[in-house]
Amino acid sequence: MSDAARENVDIVAPAAKRRQFFLNGGHILLGLGGVMLAIVILTALFAPLIAPYDASATSPESLAPPSAAHWLGTDSIGRDVLSRMIVGGRTTLLITFSAVFLALVAGLILGLLSGYLGGLVDEIIMRALDIVFAFPVFLLALTVVAAIGPTIPNLILTIAIVYTPAMARVVRAPVLSVKQWDHVEAARSVGMSETRIVLRHVLPMVASPILVNTSLTLAQTIFTITALSFLGLGPPPPDPNWGGMVSESRQFMELAPMTVVGPAAAIVFATLTFIVLANGLRETLDVGN
Amino acid sequence: MLETEMSETVMSETGPLLRVRDLHAEIGDPRAPVHALRGVSFDILRGEAVGFVGESGSGKSVTARAVMRLAPEGAKVRLRGSVDFAGRDLLQLDESEMLDIRGRRIAMVFQDPMTSLNPVMTVGAQIDDIIRRHMNLSAREARARSVELLGLVGIQDPARRADDYPHQFSGGMRQRVLIAIAISCDPDLLIADEPTTALDVTVQAQILRLLLRLRDERGMSLMLITHDFGVVAGMVETVNVMYRGRIVETGRVDAVFAAPAHDYTRRLLAATPRLHRSGQAA
Repeated sequence: MSDAARENVDIVAPAAKRRQFFLNGGHILLGLGGVMLAIVILTALFAPLIAPYDASATSPESLAPPSAAHWLGTDSIGRDVLSRMIVGGRTTLLITFSAVFLALVAGLILGLLSGYLGGLVDEIIMRALDIVFAFPVFLLALTVVAAIGPTIPNLILTIAIVYTPAMARVVRAPVLSVKQWDHVEAARSVGMSETRIVLRHVLPMVASPILVNTSLTLAQTIFTITALSFLGLGPPPPDPNWGGMVSESRQFMELAPMTVVGPAAAIVFATLTFIVLANGLRETLDVGN
Repeated sequence: MLETEMSETVMSETGPLLRVRDLHAEIGDPRAPVHALRGVSFDILRGEAVGFVGESGSGKSVTARAVMRLAPEGAKVRLRGSVDFAGRDLLQLDESEMLDIRGRRIAMVFQDPMTSLNPVMTVGAQIDDIIRRHMNLSAREARARSVELLGLVGIQDPARRADDYPHQFSGGMRQRVLIAIAISCDPDLLIADEPTTALDVTVQAQILRLLLRLRDERGMSLMLITHDFGVVAGMVETVNVMYRGRIVETGRVDAVFAAPAHDYTRRLLAATPRLHRSGQAA
């Protein structure tokens, strides 16, 4: 390496250097995740328009193999698998997004209160959350849904509750250090109220890890909700959902493999979307530095 | 001569702006507290610049924060005594009344300009926020005032710079921004807690001159906290020397310099590299 070249590299700040190459790993992941997310969301939004058949309409051709009319074949009572797969995403994603949104709101409130106020408030909130945290997520969700019944609102609420403690911890940890930063004291010294300090001067500092964790939680939630549905604790019939479809079709798996592969692929795709997105966010936002 | 000037200022008012009497501060566990202040008493007149000098841990910063009723984050500070500010004992006010005093009547410039600004807000937005918090101004009027303030503290092209983020400013410029924030609502008392410690020497002199100029132009009182005798020498009229939570010596700055009465002051002076002789600032 020539001296001149090395000098050039040395005088560029790390941040500027990163900006020189727009498409680094993080940006590629983020772009890919964005495109995948757009596909998932648009498909769910316009499902009835995209789906070639009515998702609940039966026909005499049961367990038909893939053909030009039915790209992924039909299931045991002659419903079009592709249409059910497209429409089934709606229920699954509705529950996922609502549940994670609730967990995020609850986690933000509890995490900010706990981290910012500290002391007894922190003790009470964190110990209460520890109780929830002590149960394996899936086992807890399974038990609660089995007890209160698998309706859509119950599923949303249950999943929100099981993911709240993790979210609250992700919020609390950086707040503990950010609240000691000088600019927070500076804000206090000019008469800003504590609420305003938290919202304007603490929350923006901790946004990155929260964003990453939200994306990861979305991935986990899709998995949890489909697993619950697979076990028969998902949203009630006749509306299709991915986990339920895999469950219904597994006994015919050898006769009509596409009836299982289709919804399973959808689950993998949606889960992967949020994992890719989370990794893209993590790299571009420099979380962990 | 200085004293006659001072007394004229006082005559038009009703007494000192700030009168602190027998102020005690205890920090931490009530069973084994740290006595950070052990009976501190001092006055600050209107328009007067008062220096507080002492080594680390002598209680200078705790005194400054006690006046604003702020505690270092995570610390429980118990205050005793009285802090009369413009006729009201600040220690008797409730927190919501203090919120209207902080930033409006008493403002503070912090030691480290690199960390005292919110990194994700433009400097203009940070000044706007405080102006709108304390004054009944529209967003547009607040921004106009912010830009004016940035110009006043010596930021070039303030209208454009107001939309820049703190990381786009140098340390000295950030300290100017912090000063603009502190004076944004025309406080009666400006507390500067080691305002030049984190800056390099040439910038230090500029910042000190700026503080003095603003004090003169706006008739504020200035409470200047420093461990550097050289800094107080050219800046203030009165100096309080602090040691282990007490004010051990107080007096006009040239008098204290010429004939330090307390042994600690003599040692502190002897410990200062002798760059400045009699009241000559850098």
